[in-house]
Amino acid sequence: MKEELSRKGAELAKKQISFSASSAPLRETVFSFLGQCLTIAQKDLRAEWRTKEALNASLAFSTVILILFSFALDPNPEMMQEFSGGLLWLVFLFAGALVLNRSFAREMQNDCLDALLASPVPPSGLFLGKTLANYALLMTLEFICLAEFGILFNVRWLANVGPLMLVMALGTWGMTVVGTVFSALTVNLRLREVMLPVLVYPMMVPVMMAAMILTTDLLAGTALGPGNMLWVRVLVGFDVIFTLLGVSLIDTVLVG
Amino acid sequence: MRNRVLLLLTVAFAVLITWNLKNILLGLPDEARQDAIFRILYFHAPAAIVGLTGFGVGMVFSGIYLATKNLYWDTLAASTTEVSLMLAAINLVTGSIWGRQQWGVWWAWDARLTSMLVCWLIFAGYMMLRRAVDEPNTRARLCAVVSVFGTVNAWFVYKVIEWIPRLQHPGPVLSFRTGGRIDRQLETPFFWMVLAYLLLAVILIMIRDRQESISREIDSLRRLAHA
Amino acid sequence: MNALEIDAVWKYFGDFPALRDIGFTVQSGSVVALLGRNGAGKTTLLRIMAGLAKPSKGSVKINGNEVREESTRRRIGVLGHGISLYDELTATENLVLFGKLYGLDDAAKHAHQWLERTGLERVRDGLVREFSRGMRQRLAVARTFIHNPEVLLFDEPFTSLDDRAIAVLQSLINEAKSRGCTIVMSTHQLREAIELATHIVLIRKGELAYAGERRQEMLDDPTWLYRTFEGESVS
Repeated sequence: MKEELSRKGAELAKKQISFSASSAPLRETVFSFLGQCLTIAQKDLRAEWRTKEALNASLAFSTVILILFSFALDPNPEMMQEFSGGLLWLVFLFAGALVLNRSFAREMQNDCLDALLASPVPPSGLFLGKTLANYALLMTLEFICLAEFGILFNVRWLANVGPLMLVMALGTWGMTVVGTVFSALTVNLRLREVMLPVLVYPMMVPVMMAAMILTTDLLAGTALGPGNMLWVRVLVGFDVIFTLLGVSLIDTVLVG
Repeated sequence: MRNRVLLLLTVAFAVLITWNLKNILLGLPDEARQDAIFRILYFHAPAAIVGLTGFGVGMVFSGIYLATKNLYWDTLAASTTEVSLMLAAINLVTGSIWGRQQWGVWWAWDARLTSMLVCWLIFAGYMMLRRAVDEPNTRARLCAVVSVFGTVNAWFVYKVIEWIPRLQHPGPVLSFRTGGRIDRQLETPFFWMVLAYLLLAVILIMIRDRQESISREIDSLRRLAHA
Repeated sequence: MNALEIDAVWKYFGDFPALRDIGFTVQSGSVVALLGRNGAGKTTLLRIMAGLAKPSKGSVKINGNEVREESTRRRIGVLGHGISLYDELTATENLVLFGKLYGLDDAAKHAHQWLERTGLERVRDGLVREFSRGMRQRLAVARTFIHNPEVLLFDEPFTSLDDRAIAVLQSLINEAKSRGCTIVMSTHQLREAIELATHIVLIRKGELAYAGERRQEMLDDPTWLYRTFEGESVS
């Protein structure tokens, strides 16, 4: 009986030791994974900064859209109160699509994607790294568009700037995550430029709606409160669910 | 065996639809506010119910393909999604006709129709993707991922659009929906109609599935011949 | 433990079998020349070995582990058709990037060393976009070797290399050979391949036609292999 108990005690002690010993490598694995994501993100941002291809194209495109909007609608204060959020996010969406399309397309030159997939970076790390880089690019683009928007349409956005930044941050992440997955999915297709918008735009509807409604409210001076907290929850829910889906399915998309 | 099942289902569908149509067109009284047109509900709503279920089932088949890598499930998923897309289109068209008759507009931006339109666009993209990829395994893999994303997104779309305050029906839908319950006499043909649509969907999926399998076999024979 | 174990690998494109029941083992330290006509399936097999594609049936193990595992991929170096380098980054930046991805501690130092070894030290801060073709190829070779892989997979490495790049690659392959690395090389250049190789694998229309040691007949007349095994399969 005693031997039995002491044997069981020894087994339990062994398990505890092996458990705490295994958590150190786990920490290392997480740090190494994050390090790889950041390396990929840094690579993308550096390459983009050298050429500024996507950034220039999308800035030019967004300026043209804003100008066309001013002709299409009469930008008086009442009109702007109703439409500002919608307009702004439409500009973000169309200009952002240019950036997102480039994301995996830039890997096809020189067969770089093969080298990345053959490396120890897991596809989820590659995906998150690229998503982070796209996110940084899109946020930069959006700040510039927001400033332009404020000037061209006389919209005061500094009043509620904190909540506005939150909405932009959440909405842009949702857009970026879905856009990056589909950029990977369409990368090898001959009709890539057509297929990406066709697939991605309908999928952006929930995040677009929530972001548009919140932005319209904030630009009109309404603060975030119980009336529109629902939409913040929608944004968070969308972001979480689609990030998880993206990370788990990206291996299938890239390697299969 | 398969042909026999198909024949049986077709006969069952033919009998059911004839009997139910007779009930709907002749057996029911005209509704107070909407006259005869309210009967379009029996074509409009079941299409949505079976169609949306079909998208979900398509996602399940796609998931099974991803787990087993057996192309049989991919063909089934594609057929199911295509038939569901057709049902979604029926829902949109009948909804539009009904709206025109009732409210004078071909399209009213109400929650349900808008959600269905977005759904339709998502899965129309799926069908476009199928045409854009030649290699069957790659096509199956990519479409399975789109199916999963699309179905989860469709669920989001429905929830989100429901909450938008201005997207309501321009007027009350049906006067007999008092207290949320439909009159018994009007309810029964509704359920039979859902069953009829379900039978129709299964029949069409079986036919479409066979077409896809044969087409895939021809494709591989062609590759073999060229090799 | 075998360096490379290909076990009953099949690869289907649709219902068409591009690879049929390929199985062979490679001992550590061997140099394998993967031969076959165009469309035989060499590139498909190499991609599966590199973990870039999954076999429809069967498995590939490197040092007893699955190819897609992170620890395994750290030990593999791949040189494919494309140079796999970023045009908008400098030579140093490219090497440091891949060094970091392969988990090297001081990636900058390794990058520096390999730039010297491949004769690119002068242009280390030049953008790859501005390099000549030979320079790009030498940089690609540096990228392949920078993390000191134990297993090297080459897809037609000598095709379209200039003389200087061929010399660099040959010396690196010989050095790797003497270190006990395992090398698998698919190529059309029969002569160079058979001279370097210790073992030969011949793929014919997706099937394994020959897998074994290099024989004297092959050295004497490189086309002997195709002539002998045309129409025959290994039993």
